[in-house]
Amino acid sequence: MNHAVEFQQVSRVFDTVHAVDRVDLTVAEGEFFSMLGPSGSGKTTCLRLIAGFEQASAGCIRIHGRDAAGVPPYERDVNTVFQDYALFPHMSVLDNVAYGLMVRGVARAARHRQAEHMLAMVKLADFGGRRPAALSGGQRQRVALARALINQPRVLLLDEPLGALDLKLREAMQTELKALQRQLGITFVYVTHDQGEALSMSDRVAVFKQGRIEQLSSPRELYNRPRTAFVADFVGGANVIDASLAQGLIGRAQAFSVRPEQMDFVSEGDGGIQLAGTLVDVQYHGAVSRYQVALADGRQLAVSRPNLLDATQVAPEPGQAVTVGWPAHAMVMLEA
Amino acid sequence: MAIPAPDPLHQHGLPTAGIRRRLASLLYRRQTLLLLLLLTPPLLWFGVVYLGSLLALLMQSFYTFDDFTMAVTPELTLANFRAIADPANPLFGANIDIVLRTLGMAAAVTVACALIAFPIAYYMARYARGWQKGFFYIAVMAPMWASYIVKAYSWTVILAKGGIVYWLVQALGLNAVLEAVLSLPVVGGSSLSTSNLGRFMVFTYIWLPFMILPIQAALERVPLSLLQASSDLGARPAQTFRTVMLPLAFPGVVAGSIFTFSLTLGDFIVPQLVGPSGLFIGNYVYTMQGAVGNIPMAAAFTVVPVLLISLYLALARRLGAFDAL
Repeated sequence: MNHAVEFQQVSRVFDTVHAVDRVDLTVAEGEFFSMLGPSGSGKTTCLRLIAGFEQASAGCIRIHGRDAAGVPPYERDVNTVFQDYALFPHMSVLDNVAYGLMVRGVARAARHRQAEHMLAMVKLADFGGRRPAALSGGQRQRVALARALINQPRVLLLDEPLGALDLKLREAMQTELKALQRQLGITFVYVTHDQGEALSMSDRVAVFKQGRIEQLSSPRELYNRPRTAFVADFVGGANVIDASLAQGLIGRAQAFSVRPEQMDFVSEGDGGIQLAGTLVDVQYHGAVSRYQVALADGRQLAVSRPNLLDATQVAPEPGQAVTVGWPAHAMVMLEA
Repeated sequence: MAIPAPDPLHQHGLPTAGIRRRLASLLYRRQTLLLLLLLTPPLLWFGVVYLGSLLALLMQSFYTFDDFTMAVTPELTLANFRAIADPANPLFGANIDIVLRTLGMAAAVTVACALIAFPIAYYMARYARGWQKGFFYIAVMAPMWASYIVKAYSWTVILAKGGIVYWLVQALGLNAVLEAVLSLPVVGGSSLSTSNLGRFMVFTYIWLPFMILPIQAALERVPLSLLQASSDLGARPAQTFRTVMLPLAFPGVVAGSIFTFSLTLGDFIVPQLVGPSGLFIGNYVYTMQGAVGNIPMAAAFTVVPVLLISLYLALARRLGAFDAL
């Protein structure tokens, strides 16, 4: 079976910087695949390598089994939704959407009919006559989506498409994007730095760090079984206990992670694994509160507790000495 | 613990003393006043000196000139315009020749400047980086640092028989080609420096920077992502150029062509130094208001370029040149 996208030892070097460093990955046909990482981690460069805006310095990229080396963007069966949408300001919304058909020589009436159909699909049926400048950010985003989908690409590349939208709109668009992907059955390759977005939409997520894939797995596994300290911290916001501290706690010099919501304040006689420290800060988040605890050596732990409507729940105050504990099953052992 | 009494000068923790500070906050609160203060002087200058003189010019183009007494009287007449625009008028033939000669040259120079400027501007905007960019800016603008008269004169030497162009043509063995070109009607002449071709070359050289810079500025503003989006959607580079790059750069071309077109229309030095005999609008205006003293006729001729540019802008607008603005 052909993979939609396949990277074999792909590198992209700018001068001396390895933006992408010997990356291997495969994206299955019809998959919602996310590339997650902080800025400068190489995820966007990977997307641009698939689109053809960048050429690999080394390694091999295949798109539907075909070697992509030297194939220009306009001959690739992929389309991109750009981060800044990149709508043509001198064309109407309808002409923007119809652009992909126009350059392929589809007659005016036919391409406008299809463009109107696409606009209806993204719920902008009456906006064809407007200029992009007359649309809101969310509407432009939909136009960019319609424009990228009109060529019926087998792979759709999305470069932080929701980054410029406000939270409410972003959540609504996440649901819509996922529904659209299921309905069309197209492979989505989605670049984001928002781990919540990646976890909620993706079939699989590749976590990038400094041009390399740190972990590639399902969202559930990524969250529950992070393999490295970076993934545990970046994806789950988990506490990482390093090897030297672990030696004293569990008698084994191997780093592990514990998620904040698995930790709680305990009293010394309670048993389980415990660490003593001082509470330095409390952040109220509504459903939960996050407690920042400083250990004796200056390292900090985060503890997350639900805020119950229960008068018996006693919350410690900043400055107070506390003992943090967690059950043994909450620990995820990390690779060195 | 004693609480210090508030300092009367620093109530609300804000220092209120000082005339400058009070003026600043007055202008901050009354933005219209600030705008008025800032805009009145330049608007007065623009309104009185600039538009006023233009209106005075327009006014005088309707005045009467007496051929015998050589006196100008403020009696309004259409005679001056009739001499340019009415084919039945005895002066029409000579006058329309001047207009068409100038117009033809201005159009040819504008097209040539646009064709030469676009690739240079394209390279400057899209490819030149770091020192190359600085180099191109200086290379494009350096000729503008030299006196216009010096440049025009030096071209008469460059294009004259025995000049550097003739020498180069001879060295390349292209004598026959040059002879053939110079023997063409309209374009040619007895030598390069007395041909319309020579005049055209000088104009194109002198106005080229005025075309390069606006196009370069327009191209610079085209985001790279638009070109990538076009390519991503299946457009070959030529299609991207035609459907995205060119429409977005076109306001720059129009801006540049207004410069080259109107500068050529109004010039009276180059036609005097290089090229065949036959007046340009500028020369005619110069003669009319100088030697002859027929200010009304000079004024009427000055209105011609204004009308031509207005027509050109209206046409460009119709063609959608400003859609991308």
